[in-house]
Order: sequence, then structure tokens, then C-alpha cells
Amino acid sequence: MRKVLIIALLAIVVYPIVWMLGTSFKPNDEIVASINLWPQDPTLGNYPEGWSSMDVGFGTFFANSALIAGLTVVANCVSCLLAAYAFARLRFRARKLWFALMIGTLLLPGHVLIVPQYILFKQFDWINTPLPLIIPKLLATEAFFIFLMVQFMRGIPKELDEAAVIDGCGPFQVFLQVILPLSKPALVTTAIFSFIWTWNDFLTQLIYLNDLENITVPVALRNFLDSTGQTSLGPMFAMSVLSLVPVFLFFVVFQRMLVQGINTTGLKG
Amino acid sequence: MAVRRREGIAGYTFLSPWLLGLFGITAIPMIGSLILSFTNYDLLSPWSELEWVGVRNYARMFADDPHYVEAVIVTVVFALVAVPLKLGAALGVALLLNRNSRANGLFRGLFYLPSLLGGSVALALVWRAMWSKDGAVNGFLGLFGIEGMNWINEPDWALSTLVVLAVWQFGAPMVIFLAGLKQIPAELYEAASVDGASRARLFWHITLPGLSPVIFFNLVLETINGFQGFTSAYVVSGGTGGPVDSTLMYTLYLYQAGFTDYEMGYASAMAWVFLIAIAVITAIVFSTGKFWVHYGDQS
Repeated sequence: MRKVLIIALLAIVVYPIVWMLGTSFKPNDEIVASINLWPQDPTLGNYPEGWSSMDVGFGTFFANSALIAGLTVVANCVSCLLAAYAFARLRFRARKLWFALMIGTLLLPGHVLIVPQYILFKQFDWINTPLPLIIPKLLATEAFFIFLMVQFMRGIPKELDEAAVIDGCGPFQVFLQVILPLSKPALVTTAIFSFIWTWNDFLTQLIYLNDLENITVPVALRNFLDSTGQTSLGPMFAMSVLSLVPVFLFFVVFQRMLVQGINTTGLKG
Repeated sequence: MAVRRREGIAGYTFLSPWLLGLFGITAIPMIGSLILSFTNYDLLSPWSELEWVGVRNYARMFADDPHYVEAVIVTVVFALVAVPLKLGAALGVALLLNRNSRANGLFRGLFYLPSLLGGSVALALVWRAMWSKDGAVNGFLGLFGIEGMNWINEPDWALSTLVVLAVWQFGAPMVIFLAGLKQIPAELYEAASVDGASRARLFWHITLPGLSPVIFFNLVLETINGFQGFTSAYVVSGGTGGPVDSTLMYTLYLYQAGFTDYEMGYASAMAWVFLIAIAVITAIVFSTGKFWVHYGDQS
């Protein structure tokens, strides 16, 4: 009974994803009012058609997204690890105050900052470049990841640091030789979530990237809204499916880690 | 003492990128936006035309802008409906899955999948197509002889499609509930069962209190998220917030004010009201916590 209920619920939950996949292989005349999960007359045509449906091919959009997501992953891992080490292991003046402020930014709604940050980056002439999307990450603005890493580092036995100090290590060597190697699981979690969040992010990419050569996949997908009519539905579905492939691969490979990640920190997917 | 000082220098060295970000990218722009919220700054005009307008932007919001009032109502209704439904679904499915069986690991992963995909533009586009006149939802209703409508074009229904999309992503809080359920000591259930407690009583007197810290955590998180939905509202309404403002989420209207109409002064004022509202709501949720959140003696 319990199993039946679970499987029924699962069918409802998974249905939109499977329907999206199936529709991407449907010829145009089959898309209308069809609840069929799989096309009767499958075609691959939607994919090449969607790929080149705009003046710039989707290859460029994928490259832009990959560049921004890749650099964000690196920037978040480096900057948040540095800050987390200071909070978790070092004693310095006003540490508690800074830590409280970090927790405060954790709860700060990001939308409050979009207008002033846009004005700031416009002064730097950074509009229509990836810089406004990447530079803030280099400055550890993703407090979630700092918090995650601080929690993780608190679980690393202090004796290891102390042993290293007795061996003559200073704070920098302790970081490089003890904390950094042991923080790998926290770094992997940060990398996975950084990638997925950046890959799916829409608002900031919509604001900062304007020219067709510079836009990312989500912003390009948004352009399908302007092209009305049934004929563009198939290509739209095809490109939507492609855009989710990287996220899906991460899900398959790191499923257990993702679930553990949100368990320890309550991160939202 | 030298060691202390060395550690202090190291501390601030490691912290310096974060400090630079805190001031340069968070605190100073925030103060800047507070100042701008009292001006008519519009991005296109030169700074020399900047004018101090006092509280005019704030007065306009509540007295002179029906779209703004509509956006507040839409956002509050959305959060009030979507958050409890999402948490209810998360808790319900977590209770169903709370058995040690190998298949449940797979099920858990599949229920979690929408939380990873649901926030994307791609899925919002799919949602838009699914609820359109020719979409799968109407195809399904047609099986029962019900003639559907173009849900996303109906002012009375468009917001519901966004609610369903939000509830569909119940997997993330569900996983947190599952972790919470594992923390409740099995002895409590055994002892109560020996005393002849019914399953309803077990749920009411052991599961719910034991889970209350996790419910509280999810409630805070989902409430804050609930007020911030942008992508789905933008895509499903084609960027308009329509039909007749029925999906005009607060953040979408803020975006329109700042980046479609270039009224950055007005948008800054809206952002500050938003910040204060979120802070007040979070504070209210926290203050109710002491009445219903039970932290176990053995932590």
C-alpha cells in the first residue's frame, strides 16, 4: 500500500520531466494537446533547428555559461575556504562581530542588492561582460559556502593543527598542509552547488549580459518567449532539455553527496 | 604574545577577500541604494540631474501605484499558499519514505530531482507549455471530459500554476525532514507503543515535537525563498507579470521598475521596503518559535 502510494506520487512528480524529454522528440503536429509521453513518430529535427534558431548558435551560449559557471566554482571554492579558515581556526580581534555579520548576509535577500550593484558595475564599465558575475564570487560573497565550510572545519580535530604547530608550522602552513587537504569533501559540495546554481541562475545574467554573443543559456532560452506560435515549441523543448543535461549529469554522479550536502547545511537545490 | 599577533595578522589576511566583498559589494552599495531611494535616479540621465525627492518614492508605492499594491498582494498570497503546501508535501512524503529499504534511496533521489531543475528557465518554459491551452494538463483533463482553459492566461488561475511549480520542488525540504526523522530516538516510539498509544497519538506527541526544530528551519528557509521567486513568474508571464498583474511577484516588479523603466531610485526604495519586510517576517517566525519548537534534552 505504501509502495503503491509512493510510486503514484513519483509518477506525478517525474511526469513533467519525462514529458519535456518526449516532447523534444515530437514533430510539430504531434505537440498539440498531447499527453503522450513518447512521440508516435519521433524526430531528432528539433535539436538542430533549436541549436541554430537564433543569429548566434547555442554553442556560444553553452560556452558562455560553462565559462561563467566554471570560474564561479573556482572563485567560490578559493575565497570561501580562506574566509572559513579564518573563522573556524584563527583568533583575531572582532572575530565574533565579523562572524555575526557573515551570518547576517546569509539571510540577506539578494534582490536588495541588484540595483546598487548594477550601478556600481556600470561605473566600472563592466556591463555586458562576465565580470559582474564572477568578481563578487572572488570576494566570498556566497556566505552559504563559508558557513558550510566553517561547520565542516569545526569537525576536523584541533590536535592535528596543534601537532603541526609543534612541528613549527605557522597559520599559513597549517592551512596548506592540514586544513586544505582535509577540506576536500566540503570543497566538492561547494563546487557542485556553485555549478548548479550558477548554471540555473537567470536574474543576474539577464541584467548584466545583453549582446547575443555574450548571453548564457538561460538568457537565450528566454528569447523563445518572443517567438510565438507552435512551430517554435519543438526547438524550445529541445534546447530546454539540452540546457538541463549538465545539471542532470551532476545529479546522477553526485546524488548521494548532494543529499548529504543539503542535510548538513539546509542548502536549497 | 608574538604567536598571538602572528595569528591576528594571519586572520585578517585570510579574511581580507571577504572583508573587501562585505564592504565593497554588500555594505556600501546597500547604503548607496538607501540614499538613491530618496532620489529620482533613472540610470539614463547624467548624475548632474539627480534630484533629492525626499520620501516621494516611498509615498508613491503605497498611495499612488496600484501595480505595487498588486505586487505585494500577489507575493503574500503566493507565499501563504505555496509555503505550507510545499512543507506539507515534503513532510508527507518524508513520512512515507522513512523506512530503511534500498529502493527508498532511489525514490528519495527522484523526489529531490525537481528541486535541482525547477528553478531553471528551461523548466519554467516547459511549465508554461504544459499549462497552456494545448498543453498536457488540458490533455489530461480531457480524458475525464473536462474542457480546460489556457491557465496561464486566466487572471484567476495563473498564480496557481506558479504555486504548483513551487510545491513540485518539495524534495529539498523533504530530504531535511528525512534527516530529522532519523534523529528521533526509536525508544520513544517503543515505549509509547507498549503503553498502547495509537499511531495518530505517536505522530502528534512524538513525531511532531521531535521534528519541530527541523520544521522551524524549513519554515524560515522556505518563507524567505517564497518571497523571492523571480524566474518562474518572469518566464510564465513572459516578463509582464500578467495577465492583469496576477503573477506580478515583488521581485519581478522590482526588476521592471529598475531595468525596464530605469527608475532606479524607485526600485531602490522598493528594495529597502522588501528588505525590511523580510526582516520583520523572519523575526515574527522566529518569535513564534518558542511556543512550538521543542529542542530535545539530549541534543
